[in-house]
Amino acid sequence: MTEGVNQPDQPETVSGHTPDLFAKFDPLIAMREGLLASGVEDPFDLVMEKVLSPTRAVCNGRETILLGTYNYMGMTFDPEVIEAGKQALADFGAGTTGSRVLNGTYQGHKEVEKALCEFYAMDHAMVFSTGYQANLGIISTIAGKGDYIVLDIDSHASIWDGCKLGDAEIVPFKHNDIEAMEKRLRRIPDGAGKLVILEGVYSMLGDIAPLKEMVAVAKKHGAMVLVDEAHSMGFIGHHGRGVAEDQDCLADVDFVIGTFSKSVGTVGGFCVSNHPKFEILRLVCRPYVFTASLPPSVVATAATSIRKLMHGSNKRAHLWENSKTLHAGLKALGFQLGTEEPQSAIVAVIMPDLERGAAMWEALIEGGLYVNLARPPATPANMTLLRCSLCAEHTGEEVQTILGIFEAAGKAVGII
Amino acid sequence: MDRAEVNEKIRSLIEPFNKKGVAIADGTTFAGDLEFDSLTVMDFVAAIEDEFDIIISMNQQAEIETFGQLVDAVTKMVS
Ligand SMILES: Cc1ncc(COP(=O)(O)O)c(C=O)c1O
Repeated sequence: MTEGVNQPDQPETVSGHTPDLFAKFDPLIAMREGLLASGVEDPFDLVMEKVLSPTRAVCNGRETILLGTYNYMGMTFDPEVIEAGKQALADFGAGTTGSRVLNGTYQGHKEVEKALCEFYAMDHAMVFSTGYQANLGIISTIAGKGDYIVLDIDSHASIWDGCKLGDAEIVPFKHNDIEAMEKRLRRIPDGAGKLVILEGVYSMLGDIAPLKEMVAVAKKHGAMVLVDEAHSMGFIGHHGRGVAEDQDCLADVDFVIGTFSKSVGTVGGFCVSNHPKFEILRLVCRPYVFTASLPPSVVATAATSIRKLMHGSNKRAHLWENSKTLHAGLKALGFQLGTEEPQSAIVAVIMPDLERGAAMWEALIEGGLYVNLARPPATPANMTLLRCSLCAEHTGEEVQTILGIFEAAGKAVGII
Repeated sequence: MDRAEVNEKIRSLIEPFNKKGVAIADGTTFAGDLEFDSLTVMDFVAAIEDEFDIIISMNQQAEIETFGQLVDAVTKMVS
């Protein structure tokens, strides 16, 4: 019995002035209202009423080309992937109703972990319910009190939240700045554990990291290295293992974090590693233990998709082609882009300010094109960005159509 | 290095970041008086770290709100 049961109701006494906990959101509420008052469609309240393919959907009543989904390899509608999901749904049910360490590990969870080990040619794989949780769990668990985490200032929110959840000392350095990273590593007191956290592709600007140099510097200083390859899996590197593979330094990376929510085309996250004691993490990593595991249909679709991605070199070549065409076309139209050259399947178009960014976003959606609107504080240097992510299923013709929509919208809004 | 020297050095390091020419005293706050955003904080902290060859982790930064607290913290680290 709880203590409260036999107690009479307490009299309500509110002493002093109590602020509304929501007062801190007032500036954001005002900004949103200002933006919507100018008549733009709400960029953060888009509804996909129908999804026609990896590259087409009906959004707010309009047929729309999707150019902001991170569905890089177009696996969401792959017939074999869908079939595997249906079968698992029928055979194993809608959900596991349990943690991975209790009743939530099914055959399918083991199989997707095996597929990941084969995909990365690594000894261990641990599947989480999302990529966000994979970063949260691995980072907060392996770096503890007295250890140091040295990380790029433009790291993804899930990496920052992993740092916040743990007890390590957090030391950021300027984006992709090898010297700044080295200085910080050099100053860490003797005897402290060190974890360097990098990303293969940085999703805001679509730029890649000089991993080969950075990983070498980290190793020289005795640090362990974690690389988030969320935006490169299946696409960059000879086997699609990511930027570290492409730059020939994957063997020196201790932990690769990835997600099923981009190239794999479903939902889920993972960490792969060769560390001999890796398996102990299953018992001590709270975001792994204290949440339900992925549904059987999800792990079945993921395993099938990952195995297909091992043989995706033709699709990869076409995706690169698309990225290059879009990048060159937008540049020729006079847009300012996040990178000089295309470095990934993300092309970021830099907007002069939030107002014109929102106006441009709206002109694009009215023209039948969906892109991601990214705004401060999620963006580096407080930029407003229209982020385009290409899909291997975009046809060459579609990319030309996309350029046409950009040209019309850019002229209408007065950006080009 | 004593507190006065550290104070002197940080005063000169802060100048390029003090866009509005706010008068600096021990009680001057970075977020409020100087209106530093997170990017400015990173650059400013990096400048101090490089000058004194120290690390000021984000955990330590969270405890530092005023110019005086920063001078105290750095003085402690270098002495
Ligand atoms: C770099 C990076 N890491 C992790 C994640 C989280 O992935 P998920 O969508 O699986 O939570 C994302 C995407 O949102 C990401 O961009």
